[in-house]
Amino acid sequence: MAKVPIAPDFIVERDKDKCISCQVCCRMCSNDAHVYDRERDQVDTLSGRCVGCHFCENFCPTGALTVRQNPSQIRQNANWNQQMLTWVAKQAETGGVLLTGMGCDQPFPIYWDHILLNASQVTNPSIDPLREPMELRTYIGRKPDRLELAGGSDQGKGARLKNKLEKQLVLQTPILFSAMSYGSISLNACKSLAWAASEFGTFYNTGEGGLHRDLYPYGANTIVQVASGRFGVHMEYLKAGAAIEIKIGQGAKPGIGGHLPGEKVDEEVSRTRMIPVGTDALSPAPHHDIYSIEDLRQLIYALKEATRYEKPVGVKISAVHNVAPIATGVVRAGADFVTIDGLRGGTGAAPTVIRNNVGIPIELAIAAVDSRLRQEGIRNHASVIAAGGFRTSGDIIKAIALGADAVYIGTAALVALGCHLCQRCYTGKCNWGIATQDPFLTKRLNPTIGARRLVNLLRAWSLEIKEMMGGMGINAIESLRGNREALRGVGLSDTELKILGIKPAGEAW
Amino acid sequence: MMEGLMSEQMYIADKDYRVPSGCGVSGIMNEAGERFSGEAIMCSIALMRERSNGLGGGFAAYGIYPDLADYYAFHLMYETDEAKRQTDEYLRAYYTIMHDEPIPTRKIKVISQSPLLWRYFLKPREDVLAKNPRLSEQDLVVQTAMYISGKIKDALVASSGKNMGIFKGVGFPEDIGEFYRLEEYRGYIWTAHGRFPTNSVAWWGGAHPFGLLDWSVVHNGEISSYGINRRYLQNFNYSCSFFTDTEVITYLFDLLIRKHELPFEIVAKILAAPLWADIERMPEEEKEFYQSLRIVYGSALLNGPFGVIVANSQTMLGLNDRLKLRPLVAARWGDFIYIASEESAIRQICPQPDRVWMPRAGEPILGRMRRNNLAKDPLSQEATAEVFEAGREEEGL
Amino acid sequence: MKRIVIHEEYCMGCRLCEIHCLVQHSKSKQIIKAYKGEFPKPLPRVLVEEQGYLSFALQCRHCEDAPCLEACMTGSLHRDAETGAVICHEDKCVGCWMCIMVCPLGVIARRREGKKAASKCDLCAGEKIPVCVQHCPNEAITFEER
Repeated sequence: MAKVPIAPDFIVERDKDKCISCQVCCRMCSNDAHVYDRERDQVDTLSGRCVGCHFCENFCPTGALTVRQNPSQIRQNANWNQQMLTWVAKQAETGGVLLTGMGCDQPFPIYWDHILLNASQVTNPSIDPLREPMELRTYIGRKPDRLELAGGSDQGKGARLKNKLEKQLVLQTPILFSAMSYGSISLNACKSLAWAASEFGTFYNTGEGGLHRDLYPYGANTIVQVASGRFGVHMEYLKAGAAIEIKIGQGAKPGIGGHLPGEKVDEEVSRTRMIPVGTDALSPAPHHDIYSIEDLRQLIYALKEATRYEKPVGVKISAVHNVAPIATGVVRAGADFVTIDGLRGGTGAAPTVIRNNVGIPIELAIAAVDSRLRQEGIRNHASVIAAGGFRTSGDIIKAIALGADAVYIGTAALVALGCHLCQRCYTGKCNWGIATQDPFLTKRLNPTIGARRLVNLLRAWSLEIKEMMGGMGINAIESLRGNREALRGVGLSDTELKILGIKPAGEAW
Repeated sequence: MMEGLMSEQMYIADKDYRVPSGCGVSGIMNEAGERFSGEAIMCSIALMRERSNGLGGGFAAYGIYPDLADYYAFHLMYETDEAKRQTDEYLRAYYTIMHDEPIPTRKIKVISQSPLLWRYFLKPREDVLAKNPRLSEQDLVVQTAMYISGKIKDALVASSGKNMGIFKGVGFPEDIGEFYRLEEYRGYIWTAHGRFPTNSVAWWGGAHPFGLLDWSVVHNGEISSYGINRRYLQNFNYSCSFFTDTEVITYLFDLLIRKHELPFEIVAKILAAPLWADIERMPEEEKEFYQSLRIVYGSALLNGPFGVIVANSQTMLGLNDRLKLRPLVAARWGDFIYIASEESAIRQICPQPDRVWMPRAGEPILGRMRRNNLAKDPLSQEATAEVFEAGREEEGL
Repeated sequence: MKRIVIHEEYCMGCRLCEIHCLVQHSKSKQIIKAYKGEFPKPLPRVLVEEQGYLSFALQCRHCEDAPCLEACMTGSLHRDAETGAVICHEDKCVGCWMCIMVCPLGVIARRREGKKAASKCDLCAGEKIPVCVQHCPNEAITFEER
């Protein structure tokens, strides 16, 4: 057959009456979707090149541009929709694995939207967070089951602790920034995250991209990741962070390794990751020194030894069917915190078919892991950090009530930086200056603005969490953590309710 | 005997829901261990009649069984004879029953029906303990109480401590006191509770105080952190089968004081933890100590409004929530310490206390026994003549 | 005085500063009208210089020892006492273009519209913040006390 061009995903509409041919769109589109014709003094748009990032639409000074989903429709077919046809056509053309970016976009149930929160009425007073203290401070790390006192009278005066607690991470709000590597995102994006984390009193995570030398000063608010590729891992790196996270899996692509295309490996990325310029950075699917749980234990303790037991060491796993027992094993292997990344967890590059079909929703994973750790009596031994698709403070407070100690936000943070989820991170052409190393594009993200917007987001969500807690008559986040009585389910089956460990809406205590 | 009662009123059944309630509480302790009759506490709680609605009242009394002080006194409530038969059988498997009898009551107009009320004085069997070397006597008692209340249908353990007992039921507390003939008992700690549940279902087992071993808890408030407190306790094998805040508070005290061996003052700082902002202002060492308390025991923090009086054989403690959202007043008069929801309830029985104060949020009020030889030497206590501060002579048990 | 400061590392070369400057100095001050209804089109008084990925917006620096002030024979170029900005008094300007000749930065141009006169940045007299600063999407142009 003849080669058939693939129908464009988007149509860019230009209002000719409004367009002043100022060419801002032409200058800004990294995909060259807008072209200026000098002879006609007009701008033309090649919709086929549009990825739907909405940068031009946002910056057009006259509002002449609208980016829409291509309304062209194939014959209605419940099985074969446009998306499926496009995928098949692309693969027939290229013979390759389909790549994508960001988290799973398929219509699986979003349990957050089926869970409702409680509030106080009459029998206990709600608390006004504008007038009363409302505490969000969160500690991440291993906690003993009990404290033992030394000395002091039996009335507790002058009592001291027999042994010191292990090192904890202190968060001013139970929200951290997810692992996003330098390489997959720009240095300006990393700076935005680092500055915001240190200003607000929380943490960002280096991902598996090493730590750029400009970011060392923010080490106190950095979680350094050790992944299967070991990119940029060296003694100085381990010492620089406040905590270490061993990455086993990622929600967007459980069971497979990472892939940073060579296009994104420039001089600086190469130096930071300790790999040659322009080479693909492929991290292996497993850690080749971890083929079982006891190997994980060795790595955990190797890292603890290396950092003189001064830093919590956590392990990140993706939410898969067996997540609860795996998390239990991880805790027993000595992890101080377990990160669970759910089905909706983001990525800079993953095979579409894996992102869309592997893993389980984070809501169920949090509930299963928290319950299992409690059953085994080891919930205190490690903190649980949940990740994967938190969209609002409502999702976050529900995650905490289900049993998470804190949550990682990745996509939400990127959206605060401008991301419109066009899912083309892997191309390195991010117009917003986030998922790119192109110097024309990276300068578009001013980290001063980025950090300010991230801090604003954290502040806004923290305020909302406080409002919701106050409504429930709770003034410290630890009284909400794992407090599933604060939650009720709507439109869920008995099995789902059982796994979530919550009652259906309408059922009292 | 029991059949007629069952259908009309619920005594013990229907345990699996949680009833938020407002309430009145009162407690009196003589720190010298001198015993006095139950009349005072009845008088005090009766004054706060407005704080209850007739759907539950009860008392805890310490030092009331000096002759049987070495044995675990189990107060049981049975809805059926079958429940008693099963319970008796279960108890015999683990204990020697030194004495048992119905709990004496008197017929009064307002309390026409009651479950079968029985008390046992139990001694754990040596062979049982020998078989389970890791099981302490107290653990056995805890297990027994939880098993009976949770697993045996229509049976409920009201209290299970030595030389103490809990008397409770559906009615106004002063009526419950009269029903149980409490003026005939003499104790050195008395606590009382008048209940105002927001749910109309009233059952005898749901009344307060709640007891376990020699712990008793009376509580006014609603614990917003209930969900996590309960799950936290489940980690330590406490099964919360009553779904009440009071039960959770009781178990937390048992865990933190008996098992984790923390002093009352520290436990108060766990349950009503100081704010982070206050901790930040503390001197370095103290700061680290309080930080650690909150980090390790965050799930034990009681959040939401409460005023609670907790007692065991040596101590009576009053505690408010960390914002003081519920009332609690304390007073001292000689060896006596009083705690109540309202000052009037104290003045009613002690018109001229040496000192009356309003404890601050999270600041515990502690009454401690000065002599702890009471259990060992009951006769010498028996011989001591006691005069209630209002000048009334008490009648012996 | 408050000056326009350039942060070239964050200039994305969109030229929105030029567009808004043009509109601000148009008759209508409405963007579509200014572009489509005014002839000749007014000139922006800021220009984005580009080479490779380096770009920055350049406009009059309002120099402390401004050579244009020295060179102006009619005294039409003068320093505003209040803001310290170098301003061109259009009525006095005779269009001798000496200022254009001496300006080391090349930020003075000939007006395309109206009277023959020099066209240069006036810090958007009347606006609290110059429009190029207001509309820079990446804060690559700021207005600071220097």
